[in-house]
Amino acid sequence: MESKTPNSLLSDHGKSVIEPHPVKRILTIVSFLMISFSGYSLMAETLQVCTTCKIKTIKEGVKNARPYDTVLVDKGTYREYNIRIDKPLVLKGVNYPVIDGELKGEIITITSDDVTIDGLFIINVGSSYTVDYAAVRVIKSENFLIQNLVLEKLFFGIYLEKAKNGRIYHNNIIGDAEEEYNSGNGIQLWYSHNIEIDQNIITHVRDGIYLEFSDNCTITNNRSSENLRYGLHFMFSNNDLYSQNTFRNNGAGVAVMFSKGIKMHHNTFKHNWGTAAYGMLLKEINDSEIIGNTFQQNTVGINIEGSNRVTYSNNDFIGNGWAIKFRGACYTNLFKENNFLYNSFDLSYNSKLNDNKFEGNYWSEYTGYDLDKDGVGDIPFRPVKLFSYVVNRTPEAIILLRSLFIDIIDFSEKVSPVFTPDNLVDNIPKMKRIQHDRN
Amino acid sequence: MIEIKDIHKQFGKNRVLKGVNLEIKGNGIIAVLGPNGSGKTTIIKCILGMVLPNKGDILLEGKNISKDWKYRDRIDYLPQIANFPNNLSVQELIRMIKDLRRQPQADEHYLIDLFRLEPFLNKKLGNLSGGTKQKVNLLLTFMFDSPIIILDEPTSGLDPISLIRLKELIASEKKKGKSIIITSHIMSFVEEVADEIVFLLEGKIYFKGSISELKKKTDQPDFEHAIASILTHSYA
Amino acid sequence: MLKILKYSFYDLMRSRWSYVYFLFYLLLGIVLLFLNNNLSKAVITLMNVIIILVPLIGTIFGVMYYYNSKEFTELLLAQPINRSSIFLGQYLGVALSLAVSLIIGLGIPFVFYGIFRSDAIWDFSLLLITGSFLTLIFTALAFSIALCNENKIKGFGYAILTWLFMAVIYDGIFLLSLIMFEDYPLDTFSLIATMFNPIDLSRVLILLKLDISALLGYTGALFQKFFGTGFGVLISFLMLVLWVVIPAWFIRHKALRKDF
Repeated sequence: MESKTPNSLLSDHGKSVIEPHPVKRILTIVSFLMISFSGYSLMAETLQVCTTCKIKTIKEGVKNARPYDTVLVDKGTYREYNIRIDKPLVLKGVNYPVIDGELKGEIITITSDDVTIDGLFIINVGSSYTVDYAAVRVIKSENFLIQNLVLEKLFFGIYLEKAKNGRIYHNNIIGDAEEEYNSGNGIQLWYSHNIEIDQNIITHVRDGIYLEFSDNCTITNNRSSENLRYGLHFMFSNNDLYSQNTFRNNGAGVAVMFSKGIKMHHNTFKHNWGTAAYGMLLKEINDSEIIGNTFQQNTVGINIEGSNRVTYSNNDFIGNGWAIKFRGACYTNLFKENNFLYNSFDLSYNSKLNDNKFEGNYWSEYTGYDLDKDGVGDIPFRPVKLFSYVVNRTPEAIILLRSLFIDIIDFSEKVSPVFTPDNLVDNIPKMKRIQHDRN
Repeated sequence: MIEIKDIHKQFGKNRVLKGVNLEIKGNGIIAVLGPNGSGKTTIIKCILGMVLPNKGDILLEGKNISKDWKYRDRIDYLPQIANFPNNLSVQELIRMIKDLRRQPQADEHYLIDLFRLEPFLNKKLGNLSGGTKQKVNLLLTFMFDSPIIILDEPTSGLDPISLIRLKELIASEKKKGKSIIITSHIMSFVEEVADEIVFLLEGKIYFKGSISELKKKTDQPDFEHAIASILTHSYA
Repeated sequence: MLKILKYSFYDLMRSRWSYVYFLFYLLLGIVLLFLNNNLSKAVITLMNVIIILVPLIGTIFGVMYYYNSKEFTELLLAQPINRSSIFLGQYLGVALSLAVSLIIGLGIPFVFYGIFRSDAIWDFSLLLITGSFLTLIFTALAFSIALCNENKIKGFGYAILTWLFMAVIYDGIFLLSLIMFEDYPLDTFSLIATMFNPIDLSRVLILLKLDISALLGYTGALFQKFFGTGFGVLISFLMLVLWVVIPAWFIRHKALRKDF
């Protein structure tokens, strides 16, 4: 409204950029030089959106575009919401145009296959107690690519609903969540399969990445930190892989629940302090593997509940309150060649039964010897201390940690186990820290 | 000079002093005598403020000494047992006591010569014999020029030559007009040096006066017998 | 008092035992750092040494020095010196020479290790500060006990018992009462019980820098609130100061009323 004059002045110039002359187009088609271009691109058009162009809004741009066109959005601020993309399209920002939803609702909703969204700065997503507004939502679509977005002041960030075969790449999601009940998640997947989530940075939302009923997804190289609840949250999602991610200082760490066939490789879980914080919470996880991860300075490294047949190998547990805390009903798990370094407690166990195996780990608390010099300690190591038992019963007793009296009772329990399972031993503890092969 | 008024002292159930009154005036040598446990050392320590009386006052040059400590620079004291920090050398100890008494001008060289302490000056006190330690002890006492000198068993462990030197020293200090208080078990030594005798018995002063007065009172020809007769009479 | 302090300090600084103590820390530091080559582990071992051995040595030295220098004390008592100066001076002389041995003995290997270029400098300083406090506290307790007991053997026995009580027995009773009353809210009780034992207090202060911060949250809001803020640390240090001041005041009180 306010800028009519400059608009009309520049409209000629704008037109020439957006719509090539029809004659030129025909020339292009017949030109042999251009044969190397694919037929697909020949059919596609590029529409330009800018505050001074003929097309001033993204909505208009999307409306005017034909399937497989590209809508280029110039730098500027676009106060829009409820942009519905219902045809295959590339929506690409040039120099990060800002889409300001003015807290009115959802901003971009994708309901078509083959949509690419690239290089936008989306702010002020509406929030509601009844509708989960997102910055970008994908509904029942395939083959999408969402990349290079910056999302701020959001409710939900990127929300996939029954979507398939898509990629979420290199986005930066910076929330300002303060309370769990009125904040949303950074990247949420719901009944979405074969999704690749790579190189995103997510902070200050409720859950960094949330997967529910989503199978065969790969989550790699993301950094999820300072989120209110979980850095990553899995529910009822099977056969997913997550690797090389870093989860730092999240309210409660990472939760993996009610899923099977999960591969967790080479992730870093750091600085998850707090009353109910852990590096990773496993609940009802079966037949999975946890390999090569680093758990450093968490209240609890891994909290395990009702998980069976999980292999833990080549992980580093460094300086955690508890490296591993068993909450019961865990059978046939194998802990092999992990490093347990300077944790206040390596293991906490709440029953006298043990069906889990500990083999060839390095325990920094191990004080045995190796007379035959084969790199394996000659006497077994008992990772469960009596004191960790006491603390389970009476948490306030933690204030006595590393007191001489506690050392004495721990020693006597070590010599003759009364309260801790007596088959819970590592019979072949390593003498030196294991150098993992990180490839 | 020193006025002791009705001093009572009790250690646990043991009443050591039961009302002692004593006035020591001007110069001269007073020997405090008495059987073991009669309270000789206790009186001396009361004067020095090391033992605090249960009752009574001690005045030094007219001033009450309780809760005061500065008056002690008017007193030179020779303790009964000479035991010093083992890691210090004699020289260092001398310097330290001078420093503590704030009398850096005090001259120890005459006394070092007198007791032939020169070869020991750089030796650690822990390595000295009992006799040498006592000489160091004497040196520290006579080094300062205070008007009152208190000697608790000064003769113990001394060789005959040093004993003679000690007597000379006491005589010369007396000439300077000082009050000297001595306790000793060696009766001949007391007889030789003391002008006046205070005899303590069961926490009280049994006798105060000159040796000749004592002999007269007990009707004994010599000093040692006079003392012995007090004891036998009192225990009878 | 400064003069007495100076002479006691010199006296002890020349004694064989000060060197043994100093060399012990030097050796410990070297072994921990250069044979182990892991700073976090070294700091944890050091913490155990500091909260157990430092009080023990302070206790033994305090009692020993008091009884051994008894005659010398009597010599001093006959000098024109204030009584409280004599005893507080001697006490500070012992305590400070021990603290200096500790700081220098441990400091040298850590300086060579490159502590100034490491993040652990604050953890390490905290270790030395609490170690010095514990030295001051237990030497003062030992002096107080020795002042109250003419009998050397008795005094020695009581002093060691005090150490044993603070270092081990107290925690045993503490733990038992926690377990017995586990149905009640215990965090206030635990906090107060910690404050009343300087060894526990030092241990918690050091652990705050090490691993307990990860675990404190686990036990409830009060702990976290207390130790998570500067306020709690301040109160803790204040308590340590009180633990020095009260026995020191007692030494003075006792010394002014004692016969020698």
